[in-house]
Amino acid sequence: MSTDAQEVTAGVEAKLIPIYVMGKRYDVPDSLTIMKAIEYAGYKYIRGCGCRGGVCGACATVFRKPGDYKIYTGLACQTVVEPEMYLTQIPFYPANRAVYDFGSLTGRPEEIFALYPELFRCVACNACTKVCPMDVEVLDYISAVKRGDIEAAARISFDCIQCGLCASRCFAEMPQYHIGQLARRLWGAYLTPKAEHLKTMVANIQAGRFSDGLSGLKAMSQDTLKKTYQDREMEPATGGEDWTPKDRQYL
Amino acid sequence: MKVSYYPGCTLKTRAKNLEDSALAAFKALGIEYQELDRWNCCGAVFSLADDDLIHMVAPVRDLVRAKQLGAGTMVTLCSMCYNTLARANELMKHEEVKRKTINDFMNEEPDYFGEVEVVHFLSYLKNQIGWGALKSKVQSPLGGLKIAPYYGCTLLRPKDVAIDHPDSPTLFREFVETLGGEVIEFPSSTVCCGSYQALGNPEAALKVSFDILSDAVSRGADALVLTCPLCDYNLGRRQDDMLRKYEGAKDVPVLYFTQLLAIALGLSQEVCRFELNRSSTARLLKSRNLLAGVKA
Repeated sequence: MSTDAQEVTAGVEAKLIPIYVMGKRYDVPDSLTIMKAIEYAGYKYIRGCGCRGGVCGACATVFRKPGDYKIYTGLACQTVVEPEMYLTQIPFYPANRAVYDFGSLTGRPEEIFALYPELFRCVACNACTKVCPMDVEVLDYISAVKRGDIEAAARISFDCIQCGLCASRCFAEMPQYHIGQLARRLWGAYLTPKAEHLKTMVANIQAGRFSDGLSGLKAMSQDTLKKTYQDREMEPATGGEDWTPKDRQYL
Repeated sequence: MKVSYYPGCTLKTRAKNLEDSALAAFKALGIEYQELDRWNCCGAVFSLADDDLIHMVAPVRDLVRAKQLGAGTMVTLCSMCYNTLARANELMKHEEVKRKTINDFMNEEPDYFGEVEVVHFLSYLKNQIGWGALKSKVQSPLGGLKIAPYYGCTLLRPKDVAIDHPDSPTLFREFVETLGGEVIEFPSSTVCCGSYQALGNPEAALKVSFDILSDAVSRGADALVLTCPLCDYNLGRRQDDMLRKYEGAKDVPVLYFTQLLAIALGLSQEVCRFELNRSSTARLLKSRNLLAGVKA
């Protein structure tokens, strides 16, 4: 290795900072995420690692900073280490999930009340919102469910990644994230307006409108199929909303 | 005259008839209102334990939201919400040590010192609109309909949040008279309906509610008017149980004060949502031609 390369390597050498993983001190590079720092310290993930992309909720982490009473949270795969932080990952937190036959529900608020009666133990302490690593206003969606506004609950809880930290802090012992998920399911399945044109299209398909075209494609030789595909008429990038293909037989 | 408006959970589900009629009346009376953009349950019952501060957090959070909207006044329709919010507000105004504890606990919110005034809509009508101005907006006077105004507990007790004199209130009488109704005074108008005993001791609650209705009917009332969804549950919905249980029980029309207001203001029947009341309510109003003036 040349002297130059060594100098470059020295130039980017990371500064080591102390962090405490489950109470034990490790010196780790200050630019790492918590997850990489834990691996740097010698741990191997066999669970609680998840997607490493900040969307799956498996690596919820709780930490504290020196001289600060506040609880901080973050996803281990997204949060960069800070000097002297004390942390632990909580990959799973027990929370009762009601069992229901979704097909027999209709989207009435009373259905959620019956499945999760602990909703009404909420005292609005807001610990759920404070602990949410996704900055979801958890108390607001729980309040929306209590007043029967399933749409608001679905919208406010949309960014939830089901990590369960809200449930871990709940004074009323609620599984907020399961309640939010039920609200989103009910909203999506029963309460959003139905797309009328979809019905027409399904009816058209069932009536055989596209059958000939499809069987035609299936009967083609591989070469003809390739050629047909390559020669297909494509919507130009500047097509605009009024663009229609020349061949309109399937419109 | 812009006010912030706190609806309460039940008004968004079972008591849409209380909210929809009120919002239409706000509009007809030129009251500019804004529903709090974020709100939670008021707490439903004011906790009487001296050190039970965690149950103050819900109402105080709503008051903080009103303050954040820049509202000086927060209007409520449900008397239960009124009571819980107004009492929590009194605590935040006057009890320095508890206020500090609550503000410290809720340190994600701005500190609150009782700056917002909690006002029940009945008081608002009297003090901000005025009976004279209200009378001038009446399109369909109630034509001598005999109304028993029922206060219940939460508008009048305790004294420091009472909307009127706790023992001899007149506000509801003035309201009904302004709308052209005939007031039936009855001693039970300030007696508790049984409240949450409907859950723990439903028979006892049924008995007190039955006595209240019997009192009103014996003095010639055509209908009972009230301000609270829980009173409506005990005095309205549970009449089916009374009719089964008590000999001589009568079906008594029960309606919210805001529905009475909407009728008198000549607002559409749609906003009154009488389908959520006992069916005897709409029948009575129809028989007195009071739904005729109502724009369908």
